[in-house]
Parts: sequence; C-alpha cells; structure tokens
Amino acid sequence: MKRRFPTHIVVFLLPAVAIYTLFMIYPLLTSLWMSLNNKSAADSPVFVGLANYVRLFTAPEFAGPLWNAVKNNVIFFLVHMVLQNPIGLLLAALLTRKLAGTAVYRAIIFTPTILSVVIIGFLWKLILNPSWGIAPGLLRAIHLEGLYQPWLGLESTSLVTLALISVWQNIGIPMMLFTAALLRVPTELFEAARMDGAGAWTIFWRIQFPLILPTVGIVAVLTFVGNFNTFDLVYATQGALAGPNFASDILGTFFYRTFFGYQLQPGDPFMGSAVAGVMLLIILVGVLIFGLWQRRLQDVQY
Amino acid sequence: MSHRRAVAPAERRSLGRPTWLPLLASHTFLILYCALALFPIVLMIINSFKDQLSIFSAPFALPNAETFTLDGYKTLFEGSNFGGYVINSLTVTVASLALILITGSMAAFAIAEYRFRLSPLVALYLSLGIMVPIRLGTIGILSLAVNLHLVNTLWALIFVYTAQGLPLAVFVLTAFMRQLPKDLKEAARLDGASEYRIYALTLPLIRPAVGAVMAISLIPVWNDLWFPLILAPGEGTKTIVLGASVFLGQYVNDYSAVLAALTLAILPAVVLYVLFSRQLISGLTEGAIK
Repeated sequence: MKRRFPTHIVVFLLPAVAIYTLFMIYPLLTSLWMSLNNKSAADSPVFVGLANYVRLFTAPEFAGPLWNAVKNNVIFFLVHMVLQNPIGLLLAALLTRKLAGTAVYRAIIFTPTILSVVIIGFLWKLILNPSWGIAPGLLRAIHLEGLYQPWLGLESTSLVTLALISVWQNIGIPMMLFTAALLRVPTELFEAARMDGAGAWTIFWRIQFPLILPTVGIVAVLTFVGNFNTFDLVYATQGALAGPNFASDILGTFFYRTFFGYQLQPGDPFMGSAVAGVMLLIILVGVLIFGLWQRRLQDVQY
Repeated sequence: MSHRRAVAPAERRSLGRPTWLPLLASHTFLILYCALALFPIVLMIINSFKDQLSIFSAPFALPNAETFTLDGYKTLFEGSNFGGYVINSLTVTVASLALILITGSMAAFAIAEYRFRLSPLVALYLSLGIMVPIRLGTIGILSLAVNLHLVNTLWALIFVYTAQGLPLAVFVLTAFMRQLPKDLKEAARLDGASEYRIYALTLPLIRPAVGAVMAISLIPVWNDLWFPLILAPGEGTKTIVLGASVFLGQYVNDYSAVLAALTLAILPAVVLYVLFSRQLISGLTEGAIK
C-alpha cells in the first residue's frame, strides 16, 4: 500500500509545537546558553564556560545570598511538607467519609486556592499588622494577647509566617488530589476489614494509605516544584528585597533581583541566567528522585 | 411505620458511617477549618464597605447605616484604571485558554489518533513542560519579546501562557481521546470525510476533558504576577493582579481604598469559581493525576 505524506498530522501538530517551542523551549535554551556567556569589551557576549556558575558559588556578593535563598527555600518547602500535605490528607480523609455537607466543605476550603497570591499576601499583611489590630484582637479574645508579635516584620519569624500563609492558601490542591485518590480505592477492600472490627484509624493506615502512596509522591513533587519556583507571595508582601534583611529571600526573589538589579546593584542577565540554571538543576534533581522512587514503588507492587 | 423508617438508616449508619462521637469531632474540625479559610476574606469584604474610623474601631462589625460608605470604591476608580485592568485580564485569560484548547486538542488528536514513528517522541517533548516551570526561561522570553516587539503588548502574555498551559492540556486531552470509541471515526472515514472533518467530529465528545483543562489552566493565568510585571508593566497592558499590587503600594494607608481594591480584584475569580467549580473540582480530581 502506497502512503501519502501525512500532511494532516503536521497541520494538527504544528501550532502547538510551534508556540510551545518558541515561547518555552527556545527561551529556556537561550537562558541556559546565556548562563555560559558574559559581557565582553565588544558588544557581543563571549563564551565563558562555567565561569558564571563558579562566580555564583564563590564570589561573596553572590554566594552568601544564594545559600541564604537555598536555605530559606528548603525551610519554606519543609513547612509545606510538614503542614500542608498532612493536613490536606486529613481533610481529604474526613471528606471522603460519608459525612453530610462534604461538597460545601470542599468548596469553602478550596476558595483561598483560587485567589491571587498578591491579594492573599496583602490581606494577611493587613491582618497581621499591629496598626489594624486584627491579630492582637483575636488573640485577646482567647486571652493569649501576650503571644502577639509583628511576625512578618521580624527576621526570626517572617519566613515561617510567609510559609504558613502559603500553606493556608494552597492546601486545597493536596486536599483535592488526595480526595480523588481516596475515592478510587474500592470500598470492598476495607469493608471486609470493617466487618472484622478494624477501626477507622487502622483501616486508613493499613489499607487506604498504602494504596494512595503514588499520589503522596505526586503531591510531594508538585509541592517541591511549586515551592522552589515561588516568587509572587514574597514579592507582594515583602518586596523584591525580601525583608527584613533578606530573612524571607527565596530563589525566586533572588533570581528576580540578580536579573533586574536592585538599589545600587545593576541587573545582570548573565548571572540571572546562571541563577535560573541552578534553579532548573534543583528542580530536575527533585523530579528525578521522584521518578526513581515511583519506579521502585511499582517494582514492589507487581 | 414511621418508627421502622427511622430505624433503617440508623442501622446502615452503624455499618458504613462513623458513630456520633467521631462524627461530631469531624464536623467540628471541618467547621473550624472552614472558618479559618473564610475569615480573612469575609473580613476584607465587610470592611471594604465601611468608613476608615469604624474599620479600625470595630473591624468585626458588619457595616450599618452610620458606617456604610462606598468611598473606598470611589477612590479606587478615581485613582486607577481598574476597569481597564479587568478587561486586560479577561482578554489575556480568554485568548490564552482558547489557544490552549484549539492547538492543544489538535495536537492531542494527532498523538492519540495516528500511529507514526515520531508520535511518542512528540508526546514526550510536549510533556517536558509539565514539570519544568516556564519562569526559568524568563530571560530568554524577555529577549524574545524584545526582538518580536511584543513587550508591553497583551500578545506577549497570551503566547507565554499558551506555552505554559499546553503541556498539561495535551497530556490530559490525549489520555481522554484515546478512550473514544473508534466506530464513529471509521464510519465517517468510510463516508469519505477528511481527517480535519473527523477531528471536528470528535470535539463535542471531549467536552468533559475540555472543561477540566479550562479549569486547570485558568487559575494560574488569571492570578499570575511574574509575567505581567516583566513583560507588560505598561499602564495600558496591566492586568488586574499587577494593577492591584501597584495600587496597594500607593494607597497603603487608605484602608477603605485598599480593601476595596482587594475585594474587586478577587471578585472575577470568585464569580468564575462559582460558575466553574464543578468542572474545576472534577478536572483537578480526574484530569491532573491520570
């Protein structure tokens, strides 16, 4: 059978592949290429190999802020792993039992997730601000006013406070993904255990949780990629300087400052590209670890 | 009679449902959590309708005849071009979603329908973007936008968001199209329909997946701050999120104006959520992790 050249396949694929290549893959590659170049005396950039990366990791004006941002980003991520995902799982577990009003609960808990980070960040900034007095007022109502501090303004607490705001906003996502996974576990699997007198706690940890382990991994990797790419919340509440005194600086804000410059320091697209390169590497390593873990999980199951 | 009817569900409850103590605990926890989720938003909305004095003296009170005012909203519309920002956001969101759906469904159709040598490679290439955040290419995107004279145009945002949304859209739509029955398409082919006609015929069949893709792609596009800030910060192209963040910086001390800006900036998102929440939830629960 003779085959014509499949023009229609090309026509179907071309628009998506073209837009995706031009606006995503090509810029990513340009950025990576730029991170290997630097300004020269002439106008055209000159290839410098890994020199920008060496400078990023060794020069005091870059290495200090970079490690600070990495450290803060790790803390930011850990807060999400310790609070957002377990509470999301708990909410999902409650909402997949036969309770009345689950649809309403789910819709309300998901509401903050759909709102803009800028709005959320600013709103919490107002609420925590001593001059409006909402947070101290609420604490006074439960006789704990001594605990109040301007959490966003203190070096020791601003990062964790931002992470908690982010948890508050984004908890809807793990809740939804865990809900979907729990609903897919066939009820016969634990109905028998219930007949034998197993409690809800045992059933959850011995039967349901092992079965939704792949989703636990997906949620973890989505959290990881999202957290190491965060920018909006810190920028909206603390500005590009991620104050106080860079205490809430994470990789996204460090990238922005390196590229665009701030105060007296001029922006540098080549060093900015190198920061993006480091972020890409961190994210790829995370995704790779996830991929390997998922493969091992499959080997165990079958 | 009525007695028996009351007993039957109670018996079922003892098998399938938690007994009353855990039930009470569950509801208490969920209600408290919902209060935590809603209280900042409610606080913001009620105070945006009050005067400056009562915002501070009685922040938890509802506005009454004495304290009710629309001054905040007045300042907002006089001090900034909020209507224009909303139109920009709507234009960008609608155009990006349309492009994602049209080009994404075409590509998904090709990958799902035809067996050609490069098919797995194309699918893999397009799915790279699911995990790699497009933000990391920002420097490349900015220089591309400069070269194409797209800086401070809405087109820059539309193309970037389309590229950002396509990977997941193609992934979800391909999975869905593979499940479509073959008979209809074969029958149409026997009738001499062109491949383009067959693609058009499948579109109504993928409606549930289209709803899911729209819902998943919509939130990040509407709420983004990064690309509007970098690619289209001009007054004429500001989106609502960027416009609101600039306004908030300027009117920091005028609480009623700030709260009015915050309230208006979330309003479109809330309306969209109410309209699409079913698709959104089913999209997240079914589409995202297939």
